[in-house]
Amino acid sequence: MSSKTLPLLFINLGGEMLYILDQRLRAQNIPCDKAKKVMNDIITTMFNKKFLDELFKPQELYSKKALRTVFDRLAHASIMRLNQASMDKLYDLMTMAFKYQVLLCPRPKDILLVSFNHMDAIRDFVRDTPSILSQVDETYRQLIEMYTPLSGGEFQLIRQTLLIFFQDMHIRVSIFLKDKVQNSNGRFVLPTSGPVPFGTQIPGLIRMFSCSGDEVKRVQFRSAGNYSSALREGSFEMYGERVIKLGTNMYSVSRPVETHMSGASKNSAQHTKVSTAPNPLAKEELNLLARLMGGLEVRKPANPDSRFRVNLFATDEEEEEALISRPDELSYEVINIQATKQCRVSALLKATTTGGEFRPVTYGYKGSNSNHYATSNSCEYAHIEEILFGL
Amino acid sequence: MYHKEKSIQIKSSASALYNNLSVLRIAPRCLTYFTVVHANVVNMVSASWDGLNFSHRQLQSKEGNIAASSSLIMQASWCVLPSRELLVLTSQKGIQMYESDGSIMVYWHALDNPETPTAQAVFARGIAAVRENYICVGISSGSVLVFDIPSKGSNVMLSEVLEEHRDAVTDMASECSGSLEYMADLVTADDSGLLCVWKSGEDFQLLHKIPGFDVSCSSVKLWKGTVAAGYGTGQIRIYEAVTGIVHAEVNAHARWIYSLDIAPFSGLLLSGAEDSLVRVWHLTMNPDANSVEVEHLYSECITDTQICGAKFCDGDGYAFAVTGYDLSEIIRYTQA
Repeated sequence: MSSKTLPLLFINLGGEMLYILDQRLRAQNIPCDKAKKVMNDIITTMFNKKFLDELFKPQELYSKKALRTVFDRLAHASIMRLNQASMDKLYDLMTMAFKYQVLLCPRPKDILLVSFNHMDAIRDFVRDTPSILSQVDETYRQLIEMYTPLSGGEFQLIRQTLLIFFQDMHIRVSIFLKDKVQNSNGRFVLPTSGPVPFGTQIPGLIRMFSCSGDEVKRVQFRSAGNYSSALREGSFEMYGERVIKLGTNMYSVSRPVETHMSGASKNSAQHTKVSTAPNPLAKEELNLLARLMGGLEVRKPANPDSRFRVNLFATDEEEEEALISRPDELSYEVINIQATKQCRVSALLKATTTGGEFRPVTYGYKGSNSNHYATSNSCEYAHIEEILFGL
Repeated sequence: MYHKEKSIQIKSSASALYNNLSVLRIAPRCLTYFTVVHANVVNMVSASWDGLNFSHRQLQSKEGNIAASSSLIMQASWCVLPSRELLVLTSQKGIQMYESDGSIMVYWHALDNPETPTAQAVFARGIAAVRENYICVGISSGSVLVFDIPSKGSNVMLSEVLEEHRDAVTDMASECSGSLEYMADLVTADDSGLLCVWKSGEDFQLLHKIPGFDVSCSSVKLWKGTVAAGYGTGQIRIYEAVTGIVHAEVNAHARWIYSLDIAPFSGLLLSGAEDSLVRVWHLTMNPDANSVEVEHLYSECITDTQICGAKFCDGDGYAFAVTGYDLSEIIRYTQA
């Protein structure tokens, strides 16, 4: 399938992640300076030049597990901490949101407009920080250079590749259920009304021609839909009106986001069927992107009190309950961070780290049975401030 | 005109791929076979006509010496030749040909894959059985491979490579009327919308090139010397194959068309698209006026589903079957 899919997948998922984190930081009343630092740190890491150069190389899509590892690391690129259950929920929301956007794109090429919507919002998050802003602008240029020359057929191939990645994911998202864009069985509502895509005619007309090319007959048929003319085409430039609303921020402080685990696909056996063939990236070896991500040292503050935890659930109890009750087939099987200590450091990786040596990120975590995060006695940050917030 | 029958469950859901349903009717055994592609796997189900017996089989993509690969399958289709029927799978790595029940792999052709991925994706897509003994398969580079198929055994030979398309091949179709009176044997389509019309033989001959209009043609059929082509804009166009004359233009769907099929005995045309609609049309030939009339007969909305495969189950168009992205069933309709 398409070898140009990964940048779009990463940038759109990253954009959704930032929307959700922004909402949670505000909902939990995290102090402004800390919240801003988290957003800036994550965006800086996301758009690191070496990382993006690797991302934009032609390559096959990563497995779900490998991509999840990259986002785990991205989410922890700053002083913010997320528990396993919150990280799972964050990733569920991100992926279901982008799946929705890909499915509902009027034309395959509109996926690029969706990406620009995410980029526009990211640019707005860092508008006060010129250094990060220039990284974001550079990414716009790379997107424009790689994607604007592609044909509709090539975009459809990208879309088909993305849809295979999202296949069989039917996690119910409360905000989607409320807005009636998702059914209670987890499937998205596909409207049969509204404007047709740019370049498409409203269905209903049959024109017949003579062999000399003259139109000889016109017939209208009932089209069983309620379509209107296409809207104008959105802009594919660095700045411009995108027209499409998919990919804009649908969260606000007053709209909490929940997921329902029980909405998983009825035939849960299908989840395991796909991964029977060995995929080298699904094994324990960290992929290059994840290693690059982990090696990008954002200056850790000397004061451990500045670190804080964000909860994607209403209470800590809910978060713990979610971790215990998560169905097996929805487990992302995050690659154990502890394993990074044994990883060989590549020359490229050395070049990206500030100190020239890859220091594994370790976490101390109070009182949980979770084995997905390594505990280390030599961990610098023995205490993590647990700040309890309700909604 | 049609009513819904009981769906057939398949082992995994359909992927969003063009023409993602193939049907083979085996009259002597009162069976119909269906195939639906899911990522790197082909789901085959055999259904008895009395609706009581179903049996399933799964085939996986192959890669070099690895029998079960994770490389993605683009299309699976039965090829019906006078002497035998073969099931052909096209993937990112190559072309697999099986006996029609999927029991034995008869032939494997590996695509030239570069060491590291290139900007241009590599895959095979577009399958057609042509005349007595050819199976043609399209490639992402635009090439069309012509294989010479023996009446039995596995001595398949690559006979010719046709180089007319410059964009990835999307679909192809051979003349399905059963008549020998038409000159064109094969039509091939690509991502730019270009259609090439061929006459088969030891050396395939290009009869005509019907230019695209910068819109991908995702599905194509050839019947009684007439091409039916479905496009990404949701339009269906009917052409005379050897001259490229446009007979009709239909604003058929509001989204990308994914599948077309023709019932050769009745002239019914079936179209399925991302807009959740399946439509049945009728083509009437007027040989004296050299024109074709298109009439809309029926529409069915498969709610909240992006259709990826739609095929008639018999030559009269008495029944048809539909697949949709993320759906683990084959939905069937029969004339009321």
